Amino acid sequence: MSTLSEPPKQSFHLGMLLNDTRYRGYTFQLIALLALVALFGWMVSNAIANLAALGQDINFGFLSDQAGYDINQQLIPFESTDTHMRAAIVGVLNTLLIAILGCILATIIGVLVGVLRLSSNWLVARLMSVYVEIFRNVPVLIWILIVFNVMANALPSPSAFRGDEPEASMLFGAFAFTNSGVYVPLPLWLEGSGIVVGVFFASLAAIWGLRRYARHLLYSEGRVIPVLPIGLALFFIPTLLAFFVLGRPIALEYPEMGRFNFQNGIQVRGSFIALWLALSLYTGAFIAENVRGAIQSVSKGQTEAAASLGLRPGRIMSLVVLPQALRVMIPPNISQYLNLTKNSSLAAAVGYMDITGTLGGVTLNQTGRSFEAILLLMAFYLAISLAISGIMNLYNNSVKLKER
Amino acid sequence: MAVHPETAAFVRHDQLPPQDPPASEVGPMHWIRANLFSSIGHGAMTLIALYCIYALLAAVVPWIWNGVWEADSIRQCREILDGKRGACFAVLTERWPQLLFGNYPAEHYDRASLAFVLLFVALAPVLFFDLPRKLLWFTGLFPFIAYWLIWGGSIWVPVLALAGVVLGFFVYRALADRSFFGAIIAGIAATLFFAIVMLGPVAGVLTSVLNISLDPVESRQIGGFMINFILGTTCIALSLPLGIALALGRQSNLPIIKTICVVFIEFIRGVPLITLLFVASVMLAYFLPPGSNFDLILRVIIMITLFAAAYMAEAIRGGLSALPTGQYEAGASLGLDYWQSMRLIILPQALKISIPSIVNIAIGLFKDTTLVSIISMFDVLGMIGGPILSSTEWFGVYWELLGAAAVMFFIFCYGISQYSQYLERKLATDRR
Repeated sequence: MSTLSEPPKQSFHLGMLLNDTRYRGYTFQLIALLALVALFGWMVSNAIANLAALGQDINFGFLSDQAGYDINQQLIPFESTDTHMRAAIVGVLNTLLIAILGCILATIIGVLVGVLRLSSNWLVARLMSVYVEIFRNVPVLIWILIVFNVMANALPSPSAFRGDEPEASMLFGAFAFTNSGVYVPLPLWLEGSGIVVGVFFASLAAIWGLRRYARHLLYSEGRVIPVLPIGLALFFIPTLLAFFVLGRPIALEYPEMGRFNFQNGIQVRGSFIALWLALSLYTGAFIAENVRGAIQSVSKGQTEAAASLGLRPGRIMSLVVLPQALRVMIPPNISQYLNLTKNSSLAAAVGYMDITGTLGGVTLNQTGRSFEAILLLMAFYLAISLAISGIMNLYNNSVKLKER
Repeated sequence: MAVHPETAAFVRHDQLPPQDPPASEVGPMHWIRANLFSSIGHGAMTLIALYCIYALLAAVVPWIWNGVWEADSIRQCREILDGKRGACFAVLTERWPQLLFGNYPAEHYDRASLAFVLLFVALAPVLFFDLPRKLLWFTGLFPFIAYWLIWGGSIWVPVLALAGVVLGFFVYRALADRSFFGAIIAGIAATLFFAIVMLGPVAGVLTSVLNISLDPVESRQIGGFMINFILGTTCIALSLPLGIALALGRQSNLPIIKTICVVFIEFIRGVPLITLLFVASVMLAYFLPPGSNFDLILRVIIMITLFAAAYMAEAIRGGLSALPTGQYEAGASLGLDYWQSMRLIILPQALKISIPSIVNIAIGLFKDTTLVSIISMFDVLGMIGGPILSSTEWFGVYWELLGAAAVMFFIFCYGISQYSQYLERKLATDRR
């Protein structure tokens, strides 16, 4: 009986490419890669043939042509004689505006509703569940249209504000809610306003420093200093002082009823408000569920342990429960923010001119450059999605549980 | 020290009957105090909530109560209402078929309704495991029956498509012993080959021999809620296997496959569905061979399926990574190869874990089918915004129509989410 002292030497043969697990992976990957390249090649050659048949080419030169259309809501000045490129930038800014404001309002709604849903008040908790279920189970597009129609039909027209005894009156004499939008005062930045703003930011920095100092005192000496009153004083007093000392350099220009419509002030379009509210209410319902789940995921023992240390209920929430719940709720909330940003492309339904409305809407239809416009549109959304998830992941890492 | 009758003046030998609890601790009053007015803050919140409910009901209830159900136009509605606030539900009674079926030929509504009813028969065995498993055969046949009922045309087209699938299945069965993956690929290839090369000519020949056909209906005539249902069910059904494949690819240790899957998933998840629908409506035609003419519905189904598959893949990946490594190792130690251990050990558990997120994606997808109205397809919102609201009779009846659409979506989405919770409870075998 012979014993094997060393494994038999195997020479490589072609069959091993399919049957040997060491090499099979390479074969499959090569086949997948070739199939992918073939698919892309086929699609690109089709595209070239189709474009040639239509006498078109791929050319981004149309971006520097004159746009020739107006944009009703713009953050930077835009005339119809400006280029398509500038129209696209106006659209990008509008998208970013709705995304940022929407995320802020959705977070406020979501946290409020999520906490209230856990309230011991039976009626409030039920009311919040009804809100969440209604908003989560109806398409966001329907909500956008409903809110838009509420704005357009339930609010008075600007003409109702006219005359000596108007049917409708402005809120605080400064805000007019009409069916064509909301008119708000326009801040006028007079000479010296920069100093006031500077003082304001300096006091914000001082508040941040105060909090750090208070925490340092607490951890090193165990002393607690009253952060809230000092912080509030820092927030208001220097800025107000600078404001009055410099002779009120920031004024408000109130909207006024002109002959036909409101003049002065800023007109916030109804389409913007509708989109903003609808997206925030819709996303807020999802965030509320995340918040509720996160708070429930903090074990009751944590609350009891904090209570046995002698913390008051408010501090238990802010020092023990919320920091732990925050960690759980951030990743799902990131995807909700991304969803809100992507859903803002539904602006087309109410005529808000975001990037989908300018580049993917009017520009595409006017120039017929669907290929280029859609590619740019996708690239923009992809970039913004990656940027948001990148930033939020950084934040997530900073609050993540730091394990040894 | 013991108490003796001699030393104590009075000793009670029987227990006193318990007193009733104080009035504030029982009954509805106690419940109200504990749950609604436990403190000043809670009391204030309760009052605010009550006021909100009152304001909402005061606005909505008379509106619905005064609603007019029989009228020819909004003007007639207003005449009947005579200055009262009330809804004009007559638009729903009058245009109900349009909301459901779009411009589908009125004489064939029964075909579409039959397909809709059969859909639930086909879904029943998938959703409820207690039903006899034989019903699954009907589920398999349903897509072909529904296609024939809705689109009409010669019966031989769906029959031959079914034959193609059966052929693919036999190819798979013949090869399955040698290699699962290869057999799947070969089966799909056989089906596709049959569908592309054979289906058209053979169907033509068979139709000329024996002509059994329904009146054909063109795709652009299909609309209303029906299109949301067609898109929703088809895309969810198609995206699940694709999503499983993508999730496995993303978890695989073959770098090229993994990269392809990651790039695809992240790309799709990074762009809004509406841009993908733009691709379907204007760009996809460029990438297909010159002269080929795909139906818009088919193009939209392709794009929504790809979109949903990327999200499904992420949900299933969550399930896969939630499984302990021991499960993978156990599969390997039994001598199972990759596909065997995936099919028999890993995927059944991973899919069970990911059911809640899969259902959430399904609900989201069903809601997102309304987006096709933006690329001018006449789904339920497209019908409302287009033919109905722009008609002279019903100009300006927003609330009733949007409300009806919202209620229809709510019923189905809420139903699905309740089903998902039932399923979770049923499948929670590990902590009973």
